Amino acid sequence: MEHEITLVVNGDARRVRVPGRRLLSDCLRHDLGLTGTHVGCEHGVCGCCTVLLDGLPVRSCLTFAVTVDGHEITTVEGLAGPDGLSPVQRAFAECHGLQCGFCTPGFLCTVTALLRDNPAPTDDEVREGISGNLCRCTGYQNITKAVHRAAELLAEET
Amino acid sequence: MTTRLFGEPVQRREDPRLLTGQGRYLDDLGADALAVAFVRSPHAHARVRDIDVTAALDVEGLIAVYTWEDLPERVGRPLPLLIPHPALTHGRTAYPLAREIVRHVGEPVVMVVATDRYLAEDACALIEVDYEPLKPVVGLEEAAHGAQLVHEDVPGNVGAHLVQEVTSAAGLGAAEAVEAAPHRLSFRLDIERSASMPLEGRGVLARWDGSDLRVYSSTQTSTSVRMAIAAALGLPLPHVEVIAPDVGGGFGVKIVHPWPEEILVPWAAMLLGREVKWTEDRREHFVSSAHERGQVQHVTVGFDDEGRVLGLDVSILHDHGAYTPYGIIVPIITSTQLLGPYRIGAYRVEFSAIYTNTVQVTPYRGAGRPQGVFCMERTMDKIARYLGRDRTEVRAVNFIGPDEFPYDQKMTFQDGRPLIYDSGDYPEMLRMLKELIGWDDFRRAPGRGIGIGCYVEGTGVGPYEGGHVQVTSDGRVHVSTGLTSQGQGHETVFAQIAATELGVPIERVSVVTGDTRRFGYAVGTFASRAAVMSGNAIALACRKVRAKALRIAADALEADPADLEIADGLVRVLGAPSASIPLSTVAVLANPLRYAFDDEAARATQFAGAASPDRPPVAEGDEPGLEGRDYYSPIRSTFASGMHAAIVETDPDTAEIRVVRYAVVHDCGRLINPMIVEGQIHGGVAQGIGGALYERMVYDGHGQLLNASFMDFLMPYATEVPHVETAHLETPSPLNPLGIKGAGEAGVIPVSAVIASAIEDAEGIEIDRMPISPSELFELRH
Repeated sequence: MEHEITLVVNGDARRVRVPGRRLLSDCLRHDLGLTGTHVGCEHGVCGCCTVLLDGLPVRSCLTFAVTVDGHEITTVEGLAGPDGLSPVQRAFAECHGLQCGFCTPGFLCTVTALLRDNPAPTDDEVREGISGNLCRCTGYQNITKAVHRAAELLAEET
Repeated sequence: MTTRLFGEPVQRREDPRLLTGQGRYLDDLGADALAVAFVRSPHAHARVRDIDVTAALDVEGLIAVYTWEDLPERVGRPLPLLIPHPALTHGRTAYPLAREIVRHVGEPVVMVVATDRYLAEDACALIEVDYEPLKPVVGLEEAAHGAQLVHEDVPGNVGAHLVQEVTSAAGLGAAEAVEAAPHRLSFRLDIERSASMPLEGRGVLARWDGSDLRVYSSTQTSTSVRMAIAAALGLPLPHVEVIAPDVGGGFGVKIVHPWPEEILVPWAAMLLGREVKWTEDRREHFVSSAHERGQVQHVTVGFDDEGRVLGLDVSILHDHGAYTPYGIIVPIITSTQLLGPYRIGAYRVEFSAIYTNTVQVTPYRGAGRPQGVFCMERTMDKIARYLGRDRTEVRAVNFIGPDEFPYDQKMTFQDGRPLIYDSGDYPEMLRMLKELIGWDDFRRAPGRGIGIGCYVEGTGVGPYEGGHVQVTSDGRVHVSTGLTSQGQGHETVFAQIAATELGVPIERVSVVTGDTRRFGYAVGTFASRAAVMSGNAIALACRKVRAKALRIAADALEADPADLEIADGLVRVLGAPSASIPLSTVAVLANPLRYAFDDEAARATQFAGAASPDRPPVAEGDEPGLEGRDYYSPIRSTFASGMHAAIVETDPDTAEIRVVRYAVVHDCGRLINPMIVEGQIHGGVAQGIGGALYERMVYDGHGQLLNASFMDFLMPYATEVPHVETAHLETPSPLNPLGIKGAGEAGVIPVSAVIASAIEDAEGIEIDRMPISPSELFELRH
């Protein structure tokens, strides 16, 4: 059975018909064409599919699309502002915090929420904060560096 | 603005699209494609008696169901054995879909095509396969025993057996040299399986338009996939194009080709006349792609009072899984790279490649080197322990000296060529490492130890790569090369090379990799070869373009080409900067035109007066356009090297192992982009930490992989990976024009050896098997 739902994705209300079992990750990627959200394991461990649901990071591969009817979702496509890349995105580029880029959208969403809640995290807090996301390329060192750099950039802007 | 970009930490050109969700990975393409799912064997070893698809036929949205019997002869053949070797006397590869026998859990049996992946999986669940279970062959030594066979016609489960022996200067064989040595040790080492495990799995999308086939694959070699598809489907090569889009990591597993899906998906697309796509899920990746690392090694070493190795005899059992599509490259690399930076008196190594009813084994980053380095470095530590000497001293007395290059190890390397090291400085590297980690000042305590590991890595193996460089009339530079990218930053480093060689701003340079429409001749991305091979090929192609640009500009400026330079995209007369011509104009003049498509082009048309009426517009031997193509084909590999050290702490009660410091000294010749090289090292070390402390493939006696999920296969998170301190030594390679060596695999290679060395130091217990978990260390203590 299909359900008609409305998702507010990156500020736009999007109506879509989905079967009850449709994962939010598949709905975003294949029904709404927002392929920036990636799927690395489909069992909620790798964190590639992390999006912001009403501002909080969630695994979109463990979420049925119908359960978030009416909610606000931010994907990687919605992180950049009208003036270009967000501070978190800029910091990842500056610090070489990505290689293949597959895990990156999940990290960006996670870190965006992390720094909103804790604008000046310690090194341990950064590692803890990103410890729900797997990266197979970078060894995390430059991701950690990028989170600190993003905190600096955000502080400069406010 | 400077155009000397070679050697600078230039920010990556790839990042803006990857940071904004604009990357295009395999599953991001083909929105309207039909979806494929597979029924895969739940048994490690079984005979397929019957396949009943009846129940699946009622699934709404089902398009097609295929078994091996549905495949045309050419498509249904066993997959190619990619790298034959005379020692691989019993090479075996799988059928694209199982024919009669399945030999590991996960082997594809039935292919289902439906309008959507959910529906395709619904149909798979309704297909009933009747299996007659056969006794599985699991466990390396059990398999080597040969009581049960993986392949009925492979006696003893031995796919290959290879012996290489180098006698000592005095003509002694290894056994004799060991026998004659003042001291001897014998021991056994075990290394577990792990896997590449890129976060993006494999995937294939195919589109057939009635005469041409376009295939997208998440592969490390688009050119070779193309040839394999053309051969299997009986298509003329020019009618097949293969493109590697953005690829979410490879680490070796995606160099294997053609995967069954790379043949079946294009075949189905042709048959159905629709776009067809298959995207691997994580469980499929665990049970149907490839693993690596599993070996048992028996070592005998003879040495003198200083720890100098006089004879080394190594016997290796190599777990090859169910098939050998990539030949015996992994155990060959283990056998040869085991020698590391050392001059060994006499060396004998033999390996047996053993079939088991498990996922096939093909290269994973490091490709046999981590096992070889584990063997040699454990050997060095055991010698030091036996003699009561410092571990670095024992290594130092065995080093090849900086004045001994080129150094011939007198073996045959993985490329079939002599194992001759081109350059390096191992004593200096050790000095740098000891300083970086503070080796001499380290205070040992119970539960606190320091470890070391050294390696040499043959990189940049042939046969060749090519580069094409075109300057268009807008002054932009278009670079293409055939090998593929999986996150290494090729678009950036190749642009740095082109910008430096041509004297143009990097912003004007764009790079395309892995697209057979742009460049059809290539080998692929593996063996830390991309920068060495394509980097040099692109540099050579740029030099052709530069020479042509100077020739044309010299005509236009009425100057001698030798008096010209190119900087910031302008060809200038040295010492007379006002006399210059933009490279864009040179590109216009390089292509004599009849038709003017814009104002710039008008300058090259036939009445514009630019060309001499006494010569043909395109001179004999010349070509229109400001472009060049060249290839780099090395005589042999170039040998990078590195040394790592770590300090670990172990918990006295829980045996938890914590890496407190990790230091790397690395030599990959001239650095193109230090930021990217360091990123490669960090990532390699992280994978090495995974292999040393966490990752293993847990097969039960039935051949079931018990930990086939990220929940149970423990890849390190940020909380498990130490901060990596790095230092670089640069001994340029004399073999290639840019003096570079590969860097991609380096970081992972010695990590297991280093961590074992450090834990052994902390605990006083010999560590002979990797990975090691806290519970295993706990048991070793008691």
